[in-house]
Amino acid sequence: MASQNFKILGVAAVLVIFVLGVPHTSSFVVLLATRAMVFAILAMSLDILLGFTGLASLGQAAYFGVGAYLTAILATKFHVGLGWDFWIVVILGMLIGAALAAFFGLFAIRATGVYFLMITLALGQCVWGLAYRWNSLTGGDNGINVTNRPNFGLDLTNEQTFFYLVFAFFAVSLILLYVLVQSPFGRSLAGIRERELRMQILGYNTWLHKYIAFVIAGAFGGLAGVLWAHTNGLVSPETVVLTTSVDALLMVVLGGAGTLVGGAIGSAIVFGLREYLSTLVPWWQYVLGGVYVLTILYLPMGLMGIPARIHQAQSPSDRTGKMAVTEKLAPEPS
Amino acid sequence: MTKTLRQRLAPILLGGAFVLGVSMTTPAKAEELRIGFIAPMTGIFAQVGMDMANGFQMYLDEHGGKLGGADVKFIVEDNQGKPDAAVTKAKKLVLSDNVQMFIGGLLASTGYALAPVSNEEKTLYISSIPSADDLTQRQLGTYPYFFRTGWTSSQPTQPLGQWACDQGYKKIVTVAADYAFGYESVGGFQKVFEDCGGKIIQKIWPPLGTKDFGPYIPTITDDADVVFSLMVGPMALQFPKQMRSSGFKKPIIGGGTSYDEFALPFMSDEVIGDVSSLQYSAALETPKNEAFVKAYRAKYGKVPGYYSESNYTTAQIIDEAMKKAGGKYPGPEKFVEIMGGLKIDAVRGPVSFEDRNPVQNIYIKKVEKKKMFGYPNAELWNVVIKTYPNVHQYWTYGKAKFLAQPVYSRDFPPCKFCE
Repeated sequence: MASQNFKILGVAAVLVIFVLGVPHTSSFVVLLATRAMVFAILAMSLDILLGFTGLASLGQAAYFGVGAYLTAILATKFHVGLGWDFWIVVILGMLIGAALAAFFGLFAIRATGVYFLMITLALGQCVWGLAYRWNSLTGGDNGINVTNRPNFGLDLTNEQTFFYLVFAFFAVSLILLYVLVQSPFGRSLAGIRERELRMQILGYNTWLHKYIAFVIAGAFGGLAGVLWAHTNGLVSPETVVLTTSVDALLMVVLGGAGTLVGGAIGSAIVFGLREYLSTLVPWWQYVLGGVYVLTILYLPMGLMGIPARIHQAQSPSDRTGKMAVTEKLAPEPS
Repeated sequence: MTKTLRQRLAPILLGGAFVLGVSMTTPAKAEELRIGFIAPMTGIFAQVGMDMANGFQMYLDEHGGKLGGADVKFIVEDNQGKPDAAVTKAKKLVLSDNVQMFIGGLLASTGYALAPVSNEEKTLYISSIPSADDLTQRQLGTYPYFFRTGWTSSQPTQPLGQWACDQGYKKIVTVAADYAFGYESVGGFQKVFEDCGGKIIQKIWPPLGTKDFGPYIPTITDDADVVFSLMVGPMALQFPKQMRSSGFKKPIIGGGTSYDEFALPFMSDEVIGDVSSLQYSAALETPKNEAFVKAYRAKYGKVPGYYSESNYTTAQIIDEAMKKAGGKYPGPEKFVEIMGGLKIDAVRGPVSFEDRNPVQNIYIKKVEKKKMFGYPNAELWNVVIKTYPNVHQYWTYGKAKFLAQPVYSRDFPPCKFCE
């Protein structure tokens, strides 16, 4: 329990340093940090499924996309969400993400493993196809430009103000999701991840648990989408495309699934390498690829697994345990 | 608690901020012109992106790295062919590199994505390739810092519609990539062709990036005199090949990107005789173009396509405008005004401007295999067979009448003669 408190303090300290430090750097870093935080919310929403429930979804961009398109369409066609009603759009964005997830969940939750992956992939692509082809509503391939940011006393056209707002959303999402995974409901999700059959025998309705987790993940995906529409100023099928889902998945795996903050770290690293390093060197893709491969090979728990890894290396009892395993796995001479 | 924490962290923060600040911002010198260039350098469009940057760089190299007397700092950024990444990179160029202007983008969607950035940052955006019609038509007033040195999608296909009508073609089937650039190209062609008395009897829209046209070719009706194709990137290589091997003997015509010099060396002889239209052809027999093709080929080992020419000419336009401004960048409003008044003798021919879009020659080109410019081997060239001089984006309709109709789309002009 003490170590848990220590971890929370550590995360809080890092966040405080982040929010106080970043605005003093250059405006481009502020911009990148804002983007990374929006994707961090998306990655954390996916972590609820991947890390805590054990469901690898390739359709998270769909909720992100509907949230973003909702914001863009309301702002450009109806001039809604550019003042105080921005908060209504935030709620609507979460609702539409949740509603879509509730609909998709009916198809997806019955499947597990690779089948779940395929169904979420297919459903995500449906949303992409709709965004691409429904020209009158979505602007097709050209997308929708969201040229005005909301102004409700706080003028969000100022990048710094917007940074603080997105940070607030990020921090609140982190806290809410943390409370969720620590709750009895969250523990039962972990139980499902570890052994679904046992949870069923214990009398849990595992389908319903997974379904609710799926809907909650959809809601936070929608929230990230709302923020993205204003962060990027452009919503196009590129926002909903498969690579966005894959990016989110990679961020979670890179940072460490089942840790929530892992998604945020992964998001920061991916944005740092892809958007910042690419302005410095042309071979940034090799660095990104290398980071992915090395993480998978040596840190299957992600970057958040480093402390555990060090701990393991230092503790002699674990080492003998590991050696025993290695010996066991070694081929028997025949 | 927070205060002590903050006090303790202050040195670290300041140190971090200092390091980042020093590494990222270099203040712009007054006599230096800082130009950002956004093009795909990785991903499926990487080769096109290289061609674009090479065109601009070649002009710079030929002029000692100066435009209009000012030293140029030319910064290339990779957008991976994605509109979202283009926005990030444009912001980076403006915020950390303090560029006075940014150029580029490839797809029309990138053009639409970058135009608002020019508004937000009050920085000039020059679109050398993205051809989305409306940016210099119905949305002209929305983006005052937007200037185009390339073309609008329908600018070359409108004359081609006239040309096709003049050939006596009556019934045409269109096969075009299913996105905005395809709609606008086909729309311009259809409008002019039908106003002249022709009929578009079928429109087929394979998705962008289609390589197997097997499902589409058999649906083409036998009534057609001609097929009009609008292909992009790798699609261009496959479509004519698969059409001819399916036994199609009638003429194929198309938009310029269907037969761009970028794709031509990889095509085989079945494309000989196909006709396309664009504001540039590498086979243009003018001394200026011959010199350009030879210099480019010597330097980069390939015949330049319009991707390179358009950016080379963009550099030339900035050069001329900077000369008029006295070698000092006068701010975006003034610079747009100066560029709009230019009349230049470009590689592609004479270029002037109307509503921040070029007025230029459109060439009707036929693919032929011949020796050109003293090169030893017979190669495929886009030989110019007819020139429509000084073509406006509004064709011959006049601005008011043209803008009264909606932008060309999948549904406009409606397909009146389709079954």
